[in-house]
Amino acid sequence: MLQNINTDRVEYFAMAGSILLLVFIIELIRRKKIKEQYSLLWLFFSAGFILLSFWRDGIEEIAALMGIAYAPAAFLLILVMAIFLILIQFSIIISKLSETNKTLVQEIGLLKEKMRVYNNNLKK
Amino acid sequence: MTRTLIIVPAYNEAGNIQNVVSDIHAHSTDYDILVVNDCSTDNTYELVRTIDKCNAIDLPINLGIGGAVQTGFKYAFENGYDCAVQFDGDGQHNASELENILLPVKNDEADVVIGSRFLNKEPNFRSSFARRKGIFIFKIVNFLMTKQIITDNTSGFRAYNKKAIEFLSLNYPEDYPEPESVVLLGRNGFRIKEISVNMKERKQGNSSIHGLRIPYYMFKVLLSIMMTGMRRKISQKIRVK
Repeated sequence: MLQNINTDRVEYFAMAGSILLLVFIIELIRRKKIKEQYSLLWLFFSAGFILLSFWRDGIEEIAALMGIAYAPAAFLLILVMAIFLILIQFSIIISKLSETNKTLVQEIGLLKEKMRVYNNNLKK
Repeated sequence: MTRTLIIVPAYNEAGNIQNVVSDIHAHSTDYDILVVNDCSTDNTYELVRTIDKCNAIDLPINLGIGGAVQTGFKYAFENGYDCAVQFDGDGQHNASELENILLPVKNDEADVVIGSRFLNKEPNFRSSFARRKGIFIFKIVNFLMTKQIITDNTSGFRAYNKKAIEFLSLNYPEDYPEPESVVLLGRNGFRIKEISVNMKERKQGNSSIHGLRIPYYMFKVLLSIMMTGMRRKISQKIRVK
C-alpha cells in the first residue's frame, strides 16, 4: 500500500496550499481586514513556504544544515517557529492596545468630569 | 497655601464610600477629594455624587486599582495640585493621619511618603501567615532593588509631592501597583520616606487577593519588580502645567 503512494503529489498540495495562503493574506490586506504593518510576518512566511514547496531539495538541505536527519521534522520546526513569531507579535500588539485603551478610558473619565463641572457652571 | 488632593480609588464601595469621604471632611476641609469610581457595578458613583464638596471621576471601563489611581494623578497634575494622597475607598485608612503623612512632603523631606503598618512596632495588624510572608519577600526584594528598607510595600496609603504626581501621571503600574511603584520611584531617584500609621479592619467586602490569586499575585508583582529593575531610568521631561 505504502509503496504505491505517489510522493510527487505532496508537492502539488504544498504548492497549492502555500500559494492559496499568500493569496488569502493579500486579499485580506486589500480588503483592509489586516493592516499592512501587521501582515509582514504572514507575507514573509507564506512566501517562504511557497519557496520550499517548489524547491523540494531545499528542505533536505536545510535539514542537513540544522543537523536533522528527518527532513519533514525540519519543516515542522520551521512551521512552529513561524507560528511562535506571529503569536509573539500578537502579544506585543495586544499589550500596546491595552495601554492605549487604558489611556483612552482615563481621558474619557477626566473629560466626563470636566464636562459635568462645566455644565454645572453654565446652569448657575 | 499648598493645594492637596486626596485620591480615593473605589470599586464597589457603596457600603464604605460615604463614610470614607465624610471622615476626610470631618478632619480637614483644606483637602480636595477626588473619588475615582473604577466602573463599579453597584451605586458607588451615584452615592459619591450626593456628597457635597467631593469631586468624582467615573471611569467607563474597569481599569483596576493601578489605572484608577493613575487617573487621579492625571487629574492632580492637570489641575496643578502641589500634593496628593492616595487613600483607599474601603475605609481601612484613617483620615486623622492625613496630616502626618503629608508633613514630610510639605517640609520637602521626601517626594513620596508611605504609611506603614509595620514601622517601629510589632506587627499588631491581624494578617494571615501568607500575607506576612509576602510582605517580607517584598521587603527583601525591594531593598535589593532600591537599597532602602521599606517595611510596608503593599500599603496603599501614600502621599506625593508635585514632582512625584507628574512622574506617576505618566508612569504607573497596572494590576497590583503598590510594591512595583516603590521600586519604580526608588530607581528613578525619588526620595521615599515611611511613617507609622494604623489601619482598620475592613468593614465591608473582602480582599481582592485570595485563593489561586495569591501565587499569581506574587509571581506577577515579582516579575514586574524585576523588569522595573532592569529598565533604564525614565527620562523626565518637564511639562508645564
